[in-house]
Parts: sequence; C-alpha cells; structure tokens
Amino acid sequence: MLGIAGKGVARGGVNASRIRSQSLLLASKGYSSTAKQMTVRDALNSALDEEMSADPKVFIMGEEVGEYQGAYKITKGLLDKYGPDRVVDTPITEAGFTGIGVGAAYHGLRPVVEFMTFNFSMQAIDHIINSAAKSNYMSAGQISVPIVFRGPNGAAAGVGAQHSQCYAAWYSSCPGLKVLAPYSSEDARGLLKAAIRDPDPVVFLENELLYGESFPVSAEVLDSSFSLPIGKAKIELEGKDVTITAFSKMVGFALKAAEILAKEGISAEVINLRSIRPLDRSTINASVRKTNRLVTVEEGFPQHGVGAEICASVVEDSFEYLDAPVERISGSDVPTPYAANLERMAFPQIEDIVRAAKRACYRSVPMAATA
Amino acid sequence: MASAFSAIKTMNQSLHRTTNNPFSKPTSPFLGSGREFRPVPSSAPVRRQSTIVAVSSDVVKKKRTNSIPLSTSDLLITREEGLELFEDMVLGRGFEDMCAQMYYRGKMFGFVHLYNGQEAVSTGFIKLLTKEDSVVSTYRDHVHALSKGVPARQVMSELFGKTTGCCRGQGGSMHMFSKEFNVLGGFAFIGEGIPVATGAAFTSKYRREVLKEADSDHVTLAFFGDGTCNNGQFFECLNMAALWKLPIVFVVENNLWAIGMSHLRATSDPEIWKKGPAFGMPGVHVDGMDVLKVREVAKEAIGRARRGEGPSLIECETYRFRGHSLADPDELRDPAEKSHYATRDPITALKKYMFEHNLVKEDELKAIEKKIDEMMEDAVEFADASPLPPRPQLLENVFADPKGFGIGPDGRYRCEDPQFTQGTAHV
Repeated sequence: MLGIAGKGVARGGVNASRIRSQSLLLASKGYSSTAKQMTVRDALNSALDEEMSADPKVFIMGEEVGEYQGAYKITKGLLDKYGPDRVVDTPITEAGFTGIGVGAAYHGLRPVVEFMTFNFSMQAIDHIINSAAKSNYMSAGQISVPIVFRGPNGAAAGVGAQHSQCYAAWYSSCPGLKVLAPYSSEDARGLLKAAIRDPDPVVFLENELLYGESFPVSAEVLDSSFSLPIGKAKIELEGKDVTITAFSKMVGFALKAAEILAKEGISAEVINLRSIRPLDRSTINASVRKTNRLVTVEEGFPQHGVGAEICASVVEDSFEYLDAPVERISGSDVPTPYAANLERMAFPQIEDIVRAAKRACYRSVPMAATA
Repeated sequence: MASAFSAIKTMNQSLHRTTNNPFSKPTSPFLGSGREFRPVPSSAPVRRQSTIVAVSSDVVKKKRTNSIPLSTSDLLITREEGLELFEDMVLGRGFEDMCAQMYYRGKMFGFVHLYNGQEAVSTGFIKLLTKEDSVVSTYRDHVHALSKGVPARQVMSELFGKTTGCCRGQGGSMHMFSKEFNVLGGFAFIGEGIPVATGAAFTSKYRREVLKEADSDHVTLAFFGDGTCNNGQFFECLNMAALWKLPIVFVVENNLWAIGMSHLRATSDPEIWKKGPAFGMPGVHVDGMDVLKVREVAKEAIGRARRGEGPSLIECETYRFRGHSLADPDELRDPAEKSHYATRDPITALKKYMFEHNLVKEDELKAIEKKIDEMMEDAVEFADASPLPPRPQLLENVFADPKGFGIGPDGRYRCEDPQFTQGTAHV
C-alpha cells in the first residue's frame, strides 16, 4: 500500500495541488453566472456513473480508481456506488491490466480502462494496437472489442519530457481505433457516453488542465440519454476569414485567439475536432471552402501530426479554394523541457495562433522578418 | 553443444526433486493458494476426487523412482477416452505435417510455427474443456484450435489465405480465432496472450458475481512457452489472477528453446513451476511428453478453476520436433538432444500404454490414422478449391461499426457509399 500511495503522490501530487487552486478560482467564477455550469471532471464522472448504472457490463479498472477515488478524482464516488467488482483497483501493471481489459471486452464486457496519464499507456500500447484495434479484423468480425481507454493526455505543467506529450497522432494513425478528444463539459459527457456505448475500441484523450474548468451545460446535455456522434466536429465559433482547427485544451486557446482577432477585424471560424479518428474532413473542408484559409493547432509533435493530416486532406479535397499556405501550429519538435520558460515555448500559445491567422490573412509580416 | 545437453539433464534431475502434491499441500498462507482443495460437490463421485490426488502425486513419485508399469486397476483412462486422445494427437501431428508440405509447395506463406512433439499438452488439456471454456494461444496455435474443435478445413483454409478460413483469411497462421469454439486468438508477440486470457477469466468471474449468471463457471487456458516466462506480462498476470482468484490455468509449454535461446541460458531459475507458489497459486511440473500425466494434472487444475478456487501454473516439459518455424534452420539444438526426445514421442507413448493395457487393438488405431490422413487430404482439397477473399473484404471488419471510417467529402458516412468497398485502404 505504501508503494502505491507513494506513487500516487509522485505522479499526481504536483498536479493535484494545481487542480485544487484551479477549482477554487473557477468556483468563484461560478457564483457570478446564473447558467448551469459543470466542470469537465464532473461531466466525465457523471457520464461514467450513468453508463455504469445503465449497463452492468460496464466496469472501470485502473490504478487508484477505487479507494483513492481516482488520481484526478474522475472516478470519485463510483466505488461506493458500484463496489470493488466494478471499480477495480489494479496493481501498477499497465500491460497486464490493459490486456485483461481487452480480454474482458473480447468476452462481452464493456471495460473502461483508466490510465493515470496517457504517458503510461506506452507500457500497454501493444494491447491497444495489437490486441484491441486489430482483433475485429483478424477474426473477420467474430471478436469485437468494445473498450474505452481513457485518461489525461497532452502537455501537463512542470512534469518534464516523459509525462508531458500528446498521443492523438500516435493512436489516430492506427486503423481499428477511434480517437476522441473532448474540450468542454458537453464534449466530455457526450463523447464519453458515446465511447462506452460504441462497439469498437476507443482511445479517449482527456486533459488534466481542463478537469477543473467549468462550462455551461444545457438540460439536453445533462439528460442521461445524451451522447454525441463519433466522427463529427463542432463549429465552436462561426467566422468567414480564416478557419482554425483545434482539439482538447487548444480549442480554448483558439477561441481566445479568435476574440483577439475579432478586435482587429478578422473573423475566425473555430472548429473543435472532438473526434481525431474518424476525422470530420467534411466539416473541415466545408469551412476552408468558405474562409479559404486554414490554421491547424495541436500540442503534439509537428511531424506526421494531426495538423499534417488535416493539411493533406484540405490539399486533396479543397486545393483550389486555398488563398494562402496552410499554417500548422504544433508543439515544438523537442522532448518537453522542464524549465517553465522553455516549457512555455515548447507548446502553442494564444499569441502564436493570432500571429499565424494574421499571416494567413496577409495581415502580418512573415515570421522570418520578426525573428 | 554437449554442454547444453548436459545442462538439460541437470535440470531434469533437479526437477525430480519435486516432492509434494502442490495442489493439496499449501505452499503459501495467503489468498486462494493457501487452501486445500475443497471437497468436490456431492454430485461428483468421491472416487474421482481421490483418484485425482493420488494420480497427481503419482506423477511426481514415478518421476522420482522411474517406476513405470501401473496395474490395470489404476488405469488412467477408459478405452473411449484413449481413442479420443489418440485421435486428437494424430490430428495435430497430421495437420502440422501437411502444413509443412503445403508451405514448401508455396500454398501458405509468412511465418508458420509447427507443434510437432508437443501434442500431449494441447490434447491433455483442451480435451477436458467444454465448448464454452476459452483457449488463448500463441503464434504456434493451429493445434490448439483443432483440439478445441475448429474444423481442420477451416484452419487449413485460413493458412491458405482463403475466404473459407476460420477468419476468412484475415488472421493467418499466428492469429486463429473462433467465436463459436471460444478460441480467443493466437497472439504473435511474447506474453501478449496472457493478459487477454486473464481478461477472459475475469469475465467468467464477473458474469457469475456481478451479472449473477449462476452457470458462468467457464475456465480459460492460457498457453505460452518457456521464453514467455521471463516476460513481465507473465508476472503481472500471475499476480492479478491469484489476487482475484480467477478461473484460469497458465499452461507453460516448456520446449526448452526460445527459437535459438536455450531455456537454461535465459532463465535464472529454470524451474518455472516454482513461480506459481511465489504468487500464491499451485505450481506443478509435469512430463509434457505423456498425455496421461498431463491430463491428470490438467483435470485437477481445471477443476480447481471451475470451482472458483483460483488459478494454477502448470509447467509441461515438452519438446518441439521441428525448428521454431519453417524458416528456422534449427542449427543450435544438439542432435543428441533431439533424438533423446524423439524416443519420447507422445503419440507412440500413448499407443504403447493402450496396447500394454489391452485397451485397443492395432487395427483400431490404424483406422484412426487412416481417417485423419483422409481428413487432411480433404482439408487441403477444400482449401485449395476455396475462393480468395474478394476485393470488398479488404475494408470489412476494420470496425464493428463501419461508421468508424468517418464522413466523406459529401457529408455522408463513407461506409454508406455503395462504391466504398470497391476502393482501397485509403479512406
């Protein structure tokens, strides 16, 4: 037990303290608003709760999901409600418990496997790719694998190279997987419910820095039957001058960038991808055909990234509509540095998006001139 | 290579030191392992239970003393059981021999790993299972599928890459699946199948205890080799299976070689069965060239799993009569070692046992061999005549829900386009 608790602190300690301060901040924000607000954490927790309640075949397993209530408290209260048979605390054995989840899915259960962070999924990537994604095909449709792999993904703060990277491009390059990345509480609820109900393996990429953030939610979103279609992007903000695609935390950055751009007379359309695979090429291309300009934003590495894929899709389908070169904003092509100033430089910032959008609209000097 | 052989002999001697019946003598005071076998349910004949325990220790005793003959009152099998075991082993052997021929004729391709020599393990274990019980295998999986009941025609067609194969040609030699017979796959990576098998066992327990399906007493067998026992997933799953008392049997087919790496050169303590007690489950070493001994040990381990008493680790010491795969020149194994094990052919041994105990007549066995020969010819003809997978099959089964292919430029799901499956993998 000591070992496990110690690890929880080591992996989650820094983050946990930040989450607390963040939720305090957001709690004060919540008072000033009259609309129904919900944190992403509560959205995920309620989605899990409702799906477990609706289908006894759904269970969750992972490190610290039970008695500890989740390293990031996503599974809070579930152990009390569903017991240790359905909220399964595992040893620190990613390859083992991920494979066990896959085996259970082969046999008709609907496991939700939590990675404390997606960085640890590297220990289990063989089961995600080889055992989960390929089995329906290899067995000619005899063995489907209804499983969800979920956990925080992407850049965290101050945790260095091994704990801070985005896996969207990695997993979305693999046929047989579906890859979802929620931004808001609506996304989190609707996509997680869709993922659990889906008959195929779904990689569900959350973001720890969003867990404590609150978003307004409608009555429809709060209904237990609510779910979002997998493979559909959401236009978060309509615009006419430039299309900005983003997912997860970067959607928030793109929306803030759009606010700044609006003040300068540039109308940006912000697309929240929601689903990385399948990718909603239709919505992206329709938007580019309208705005004729594209900026892609992601935290992941640039080479063979999500932006690269979107860029290829637009070149293939809408080449003649482009009025400017596509701007691709990504994480720097380096392992995540520890030093806070370097770390900030390694990931896209709001001003990067603003600058790139202006470049695409020929409203800014080229980057080389400013460097 | 003499040193390798002498090392093997040393290991055998040390294995003989196994003394207690590990099922009935607890080796650890915690979890499921520390328990004696519970009495079998009253519906089961009492005689059977005592036989199990006696035979299991007899296996060990015989190994120690090298005493051979059993009196007829101690017969380990009935005539019918003997014929079933013989037929299954001959089926496995005949199938693999036919595979070698077909591989060299270019009818099958890629990696083909044959099971010759190890038949006693597959037959000894799998023939005790029900259809609902599950088997998870490795890349050396043809014979496990056959023992579990997948028709030879389907397995052969799969190897030929034909649409009539058990996975319509989409799996291949190393990936045999059958939902009908609960063959949950051959896994091509070392250790990969063990967690999947543990997950299947987890499901049996979940169905019984959470979904309240009282009849869910299904057992899962995980087959893997000696090389896998040095892989982390093996240890991770021994721990969790014992921790949660899952209905699984970990069956090590220790054929002494991981491709060209001798087990003794790769493993600090070569007695794999000892790792069972370390995790709180029984560990048993059994002569994997003797189907009757394997069967007796298997009976006890499977029974233990079915009664909800938890997992067991069974090390079957066996030997493959061919190279690692058909592409392996097999130059590292000592010819003396190979011929030593060739004299211990499990099919010959069973034959001998049945003759000595007047269970069968020679022409009955000849008839079985003829039947299997014909079955193999039939399987090959069937596979040869079967059609190749048609082009639309390329894009089928990637997802259980083909909407996973996403939305096309026209705003509709790509899979809804009637032309979709006429396309290529590029979507």
